[in-house]
Amino acid sequence: MGPLHTVNKSPFAGPALDSCLGHLTEGAALLLIEDGVYAAVADSAAAAKLAMAAGRYAIYALGPDLAARGLGKASLLDGIMVIDYLGFVDLAVRHSTVQAWL
Amino acid sequence: MRRKSFLFVNRKAPYGAGRAAEALEAALVAASLGQEVHLAYLDDGVFQLLAGQEPARLGRRDFTASLQELGEYDIDHVWVDGQSLRERGLTPADLLVAATLLDRAAMAELMAGMDVVVSI
Amino acid sequence: MKFAILVNEDPFGHQAAQSALSFAQAVLASGHELVRVFFYMGGVYNANRLASPPMEDRNIVREWAELAAKDGVDLVICIAAGVARGVREANLAPGFRISGIGQLVEAAVIADRLITFGA
Repeated sequence: MGPLHTVNKSPFAGPALDSCLGHLTEGAALLLIEDGVYAAVADSAAAAKLAMAAGRYAIYALGPDLAARGLGKASLLDGIMVIDYLGFVDLAVRHSTVQAWL
Repeated sequence: MRRKSFLFVNRKAPYGAGRAAEALEAALVAASLGQEVHLAYLDDGVFQLLAGQEPARLGRRDFTASLQELGEYDIDHVWVDGQSLRERGLTPADLLVAATLLDRAAMAELMAGMDVVVSI
Repeated sequence: MKFAILVNEDPFGHQAAQSALSFAQAVLASGHELVRVFFYMGGVYNANRLASPPMEDRNIVREWAELAAKDGVDLVICIAAGVARGVREANLAPGFRISGIGQLVEAAVIADRLITFGA
């Protein structure tokens, strides 16, 4: 398995998500946490970029961070999997490294 | 201590909210403990490498001095994202270290191949 | 599996410390080993015993201390960052200790995964 990448910035706040998406490799996965979860909202400008990646890479969003931000019941981009912290730990186990796009 | 490959990823400009000195300090410690250390600069992180910085103007210690002494710490791997450099109107001649330019795909492969990736 | 965690931010200015704490608790709940949590830069404020957040907020300093007491997690703050920010033995919360960045490097070498939480 390749790396797990975490993005914790809103896609509207800077290049973290774009830059991360540009550095995904075979077997990599992306986990949106903290303000990064704003990218998961269906039909947002960021979702279009994510949709391209979603076909090739597994993309996850952290449920507690979605819920805290009022997105717990929001319609998310197709293919994004919502996980909790136990799921985050499990992803870290299953990937070779964890790279935070701070 | 076992030897692992460490990649220190630098994506922030050095002064506003930057942690250039702290990232470099951690990398130097890793190298002094015998680890294989790589430094990667991308996005605004490339500004950390700009020649002619005067941190003293802000009352900061000069982290760029350590950047120029990487060889003494056996840090031979300084990688710069060429696209980030070009987007900011910079060329390798503007940098204070001899760095290897990588394209996105090569940088991605480098990242994926590391034992440890540290973001500061 | 063995985990190590790096925390770069204070508990009040950014969510990073809360995320790190929740992740740490999940590591232990999953039956994995957490070999060390290293607090760097503003992260050293996670160890400030004098912090008293409002009642309705999560007490992050105390929750870290509980991880150390109950699960024996090694909590280490960077000495240089601590001295610079006024977090030292006199106001160090229970469960934390003060050492150098070498402890971060060693943790990353011992652990199978290093997870970074920051701004």
